[in-house]
Amino acid sequence: MANLAGTAPASALPAAWSSQPLLTIEGLTVDFSGVQVIRGIDLTVARGESIGIVGESGSGKSVTWLAALGLLPRTATVSGSIRLDGEELRGAAAMRLDRIRGGRVAMIFQDPSSALNPVIRIGRQVGEVLARHQGLSGSSIRAEAKRLFELVGLPDAGRRFDAYPHELSGGQNQRVMIATALAGKPDVLVADEPTTALDATIQAQILDLLTTVRRETGMALVLISHDLGVVSETCERIMVMYGGLVVETAPSESIFASPRHPYTQGLLAALPPFEGALRRLIPIEGQVPEPATMPPGCPFAPRCPQRMAVCEVTIPPLAQTEAGRFSACIAGPATEAQQPLKLKTSVLA
Amino acid sequence: MTASILDLHGISRSYSTRQGLFGKKVPVHAVDEVSLSLKEGQTLALVGESGSGKSTTGRIALGLERPNSGYVLFRGTELPAADTPAWRRMRAQMQMIYQDPLAALDRRLSIIDQVREPLDIHDIGSASKRNNKALAMLDAVGLNASHATSLPYQLSGGQRQRAVLARALIMQPALLVCDEPVSALDVSIQAQVVNVLMDLQKELRLSLLFISHDLKVVRQVSQRMAVMYLGRIVEFGETHLLLSSPTHPYTKALVSAVPVAGRRTRERIILKGEPPNPAARPTGCAFHPRCAIARPECVRVSPTFSTLPDGRSVACHAVHTNPPTKEVGS
Ligand SMILES: Nc1ncnc2c1ncn2[C@@H]1O[C@H](COP(=O)(O)OP(=O)(O)OP(=O)(O)O)[C@@H](O)[C@H]1O
Ligand SMILES: Nc1ncnc2c1ncn2[C@@H]1O[C@H](COP(=O)(O)OP(=O)(O)OP(=O)(O)O)[C@@H](O)[C@H]1O
Ligand code: SF4
Ligand code: SF4
Ligand SMILES: [Mg+2]
Ligand SMILES: [Mg+2]
Repeated sequence: MANLAGTAPASALPAAWSSQPLLTIEGLTVDFSGVQVIRGIDLTVARGESIGIVGESGSGKSVTWLAALGLLPRTATVSGSIRLDGEELRGAAAMRLDRIRGGRVAMIFQDPSSALNPVIRIGRQVGEVLARHQGLSGSSIRAEAKRLFELVGLPDAGRRFDAYPHELSGGQNQRVMIATALAGKPDVLVADEPTTALDATIQAQILDLLTTVRRETGMALVLISHDLGVVSETCERIMVMYGGLVVETAPSESIFASPRHPYTQGLLAALPPFEGALRRLIPIEGQVPEPATMPPGCPFAPRCPQRMAVCEVTIPPLAQTEAGRFSACIAGPATEAQQPLKLKTSVLA
Repeated sequence: MTASILDLHGISRSYSTRQGLFGKKVPVHAVDEVSLSLKEGQTLALVGESGSGKSTTGRIALGLERPNSGYVLFRGTELPAADTPAWRRMRAQMQMIYQDPLAALDRRLSIIDQVREPLDIHDIGSASKRNNKALAMLDAVGLNASHATSLPYQLSGGQRQRAVLARALIMQPALLVCDEPVSALDVSIQAQVVNVLMDLQKELRLSLLFISHDLKVVRQVSQRMAVMYLGRIVEFGETHLLLSSPTHPYTKALVSAVPVAGRRTRERIILKGEPPNPAARPTGCAFHPRCAIARPECVRVSPTFSTLPDGRSVACHAVHTNPPTKEVGS
């Protein structure tokens, strides 16, 4: 199923970059004490590509990438394969993973408090990455750290070097984390909600910066965000997760114009409008199923307005609906046309 | 006329930071002469540049931090000094929800214990009643019994934020200061939490000081909003007016940069120039190094507020001298 995720449009990439995927995840599952929270994920990330990952809170967006980087606690059981340029990362030695993390693959974490050490000055935290992964030392560390802080728009970069995280605002700490992630000159940057604490103007600057770095260095960007606007403006391809599965993947323009999966449709309908009349927001009815009590069929079935009897017994596979688009829904491409009878036969076929 | 529940009068707060171990101390003016008022049962949104002093203002509003000058009135009474019995009594009616949900929760306690904790501390009701109340509150924010028994790290980011919200609401406060309360939530849960907040506001006449970067949510929840830039308020007025026809050049840039899913309909204004530095505040109008329509006086003279016919206040020289009905800049 590795072909499912597709690759970035060739036009967006310099010709020299191979079309071979940089990072490949196959059949990834994660269990926490016997409860499966990631239930089989396949995806590929090509050099220079930008993938946006959206999905319900608790759907496994963060855990997928923590698993890929070997960052989950011991209580987690990971299976499947994660390959970086052909090298298997699952089960790799801790020392080896340590070298890769922060270097070839960097991650910006969702919780600033778990990523920045409160008792170490921020300049030293960035400096450690520069020393480890860039081999810099002494005054060149300070100069490079200052350059990175300026790059992410941290005001008064020179002086901030000696600040502790608590002396910075939420958004300033978030930019320190982005600078730290970029310090290792990664091939893949996994950014988990990197701009939630930033105002719209700085958010736009940071997203532009990530896109520029991507274009200039061929860094691949995996952007996890609940803000559909953010991924829409930054990413070429969108992956929608629900209940530990990928339920839809499509190029950015088409998914927002015509979402195929009923969950994606619900997600877009719940978005507060920025123009036009105010109305009460329309949440998706019901709650996300708990991993321990996941329905046997389609994970979205208990909340789906288009549910049919068959949905409750079969997990719909991610199937191509049209070129470059995949949706895991039994109602399939005909959701707009509402032809459940015809669909049932196609499931049986 | 609705009475105001919270009034900030010319509050300022500065911190000192030093460069290097032996460097000299430099003051950082985090909040500078900010005045605001929040009407009972309403929502006032505080938006603006990251680092412009919104969280500091929120902490000062609750008396968690003292302003260097200015004062805060809660229902017309000045806030007592922090950690005095009088302050603690008043504090029970005011709650805060912080930006970072993981830092706000105790890592070793189950969610239900933490949500029930304020009731335990204030000894409200019997033990079983407290538990039921905590469960009901969790249910109201969309968390179930199995979430209740989880530890914070076992929940996703969005689930944690709802736990924090439940804990803040369980004492039925009159005033809730929310610092980025829905930024960690995905949109469908965000819609639930926003609806919950608005329903509770109606039912309990809850007043909200709502700090947020998400202008789409701000549009949904607030009647009035204040835009901050480098410690000062630059525009203040009815939310729908500020969002549909922003007047201050910073507000314009901010509104234009709101990311939209699908095709964007308006041109994004990209701000140029140095990011603002509170330790070296530009002279005159602090926005002048990045303002496309700055004029000579902007470098020298700090603009004062002028009131437009639609009731909003704007601190900008260009607005002063233009007929207020005309759009400023381009
Ligand atoms: N250490 C852990 N132990 C047990 N369960 C966990 C652990 N970490 C995560 N989970 C569970 O795994 C599931 C996926 O969590 P994850 O953090 O990946 O969600 P997410 O999609 O990133 O959500 P959000 O948008 O809220 O950040 C959730 O049900 C969560 O409760
Ligand atoms: N304890 C402190 N010591 C020194 N400086 C501080 C301290 N707390 C805040 N500051 C500074 O005061 C300014 C305002 O910070 P504040 O946290 O109020 O900003 P904010 O508007 O909430 O920003 P954000 O949107 O990024 O959360 C920032 O420049 C910050 O660096
Ligand atoms: S498979 Fe059935 S329940 Fe699942 S999303 Fe499609 S229609 Fe809804
Ligand atoms: S006062 Fe001058 S510099 Fe400041 S926002 Fe207005 S026009 Fe721009
Ligand atoms: Mg997450
Ligand atoms: Mg803040």
